[in-house]
Amino acid sequence: MPPDFISNLYVFILAGFVGFEVIKRVSPLLHTPLMSLTNALDAIVVVAAIIIAGRHETRLTTILGAIAVAASFSNMVGGFVITDRMLRMFKSGRSKQS
Amino acid sequence: MTELALQQYLDFAYIVAVVLFILSLKLLSSPASARWGVLAGEIGAALAVIATLFNPELVQYKWIIISLVIGAGVGVPLGMVHMTAVPQRTALSHAFGAMSAAIIGIAEYYVGTRQVTRFEMGEISLEVIIGSLTFTGSLIAAGKLQEVLPQRPIVYRGQNIVSLSILAGALGLAVALVVNPANTILFPIMVLVALIFGVMLVTPIGGADMPTVISLLNSYAGFSAALLGFVLNSKVLVVAGALDGSSGFILSVIMCKAMNRSFTNVMFGAFGQVQASSAGVKEERVVRSATPEETASILAAANKVVVVPGYGMAVAQAQHKVRELYDLLTKKGIDVRFAIHPVAGRMPGHMNVLLAEADIPYDRLVEMDEINGDFPQTDVALIIGANDVTNPAARTDQSSPIFGMPILDVDKAHTVMVIKRSMNPGFAGIDNPLYYLNQTLMLFGDAKQFVGSIVKELGGH
Repeated sequence: MPPDFISNLYVFILAGFVGFEVIKRVSPLLHTPLMSLTNALDAIVVVAAIIIAGRHETRLTTILGAIAVAASFSNMVGGFVITDRMLRMFKSGRSKQS
Repeated sequence: MTELALQQYLDFAYIVAVVLFILSLKLLSSPASARWGVLAGEIGAALAVIATLFNPELVQYKWIIISLVIGAGVGVPLGMVHMTAVPQRTALSHAFGAMSAAIIGIAEYYVGTRQVTRFEMGEISLEVIIGSLTFTGSLIAAGKLQEVLPQRPIVYRGQNIVSLSILAGALGLAVALVVNPANTILFPIMVLVALIFGVMLVTPIGGADMPTVISLLNSYAGFSAALLGFVLNSKVLVVAGALDGSSGFILSVIMCKAMNRSFTNVMFGAFGQVQASSAGVKEERVVRSATPEETASILAAANKVVVVPGYGMAVAQAQHKVRELYDLLTKKGIDVRFAIHPVAGRMPGHMNVLLAEADIPYDRLVEMDEINGDFPQTDVALIIGANDVTNPAARTDQSSPIFGMPILDVDKAHTVMVIKRSMNPGFAGIDNPLYYLNQTLMLFGDAKQFVGSIVKELGGH
């Protein structure tokens, strides 16, 4: 097994535990925004797509990279926009009266 | 600046981004801080994207800029969709995310064909298979939610065997590629087979199971991104993918528990088949119905009212009328709360978002476990477009397909009122004994119109 794999595995396992502990505490009230927010964060694959599109190795990889940049960046932008729109709607009874 | 020093700055930017991502999810733990969470996520994502643009490997920016502009142009309208379209938008974004991950894996294969090792081949194959099946699976789910495709499960004999053989085919091709990575002809076939499997995975699933499926696809999309991080040796992808994957995984487990399904049952796609139509004994049972006037006077005389919303409320777009009803009753000093079953609607948290959109304060929305003990002291339980999650057969009738599923104990309320179009059994085809109880009143009609009529009656006094 390559050494990179081992260090990535460490990171994956630790991040998995952190994710589990943090997300467990998210109120069920916010499960829909949680899903759209994690979608937006997951769209960070755009950084890999940018490198593929910009390295310009073959025409095929540039096209594939460009498609991936567009798809993942739309997820990133759209995910943040809709999550914020949803969260703006959640008001408590107290803040509503004030 | 030397290239090595630049690389270190870029890595540092990614680390900051990862910290902000974790913080972003942490801030989501309470509605009061949640919007700061979005901001933290946005800063982290922007930092990572900008840092990447300084990567010395980049030689040409034209296509990057064009695709970023296209992506933003598609993303903003997708972020502005109406709240009722959130489930299909979410499924579509899982499709986009998984597609990006799969495409990058494919590109990486074609870049590195010459020097790819067996181990790397295994990573790429697994990543591309999961990404591809999540892509088509999510597209089918989005189609079902948008009602472009039929919502009912599409099943045929031997379905599980056919589907599992297709999956086995994709994995077999992956193994063949690991044995001989130079056998490039097999790679596109493997991608195609995985795409077909995604379609087979989701077509047999009915609308009522969508909360579980959408969570599961969420987790697959996350894990495909994490696997891509392994392929590219990118820690930021590993972390973001692990966060998204574990989030989807937790939600899937919550949804499974709320439907009393085992996790293996869901993992192997055997769902949607439990719905054997129980054409049981057809005895004549008495149903009592009520008019909006009668309903209004019962509600006006109550002290405690619990509203149980379901998918029917979303379909009828009744949430704004429900808010008017809530306002009127609250003004009369009546305590009105909303009981939220975890699988009510088409995705986790669906009802909360719709009710929040209608401006109902979130502290009035109560989870199943918290509100169930209060039903015996509740004067009226008003059910709007929910069915199976209120079915007492889940507690008592061992032969019922939903036996053991945790439900809202609405039958313990003094009066139960059910807004329903007709006596036709619900989506799952399961009869609901709740409707024949002595304290139950059926309110026949469209949810939006019926609630509107109640509001009119109450407003008249």
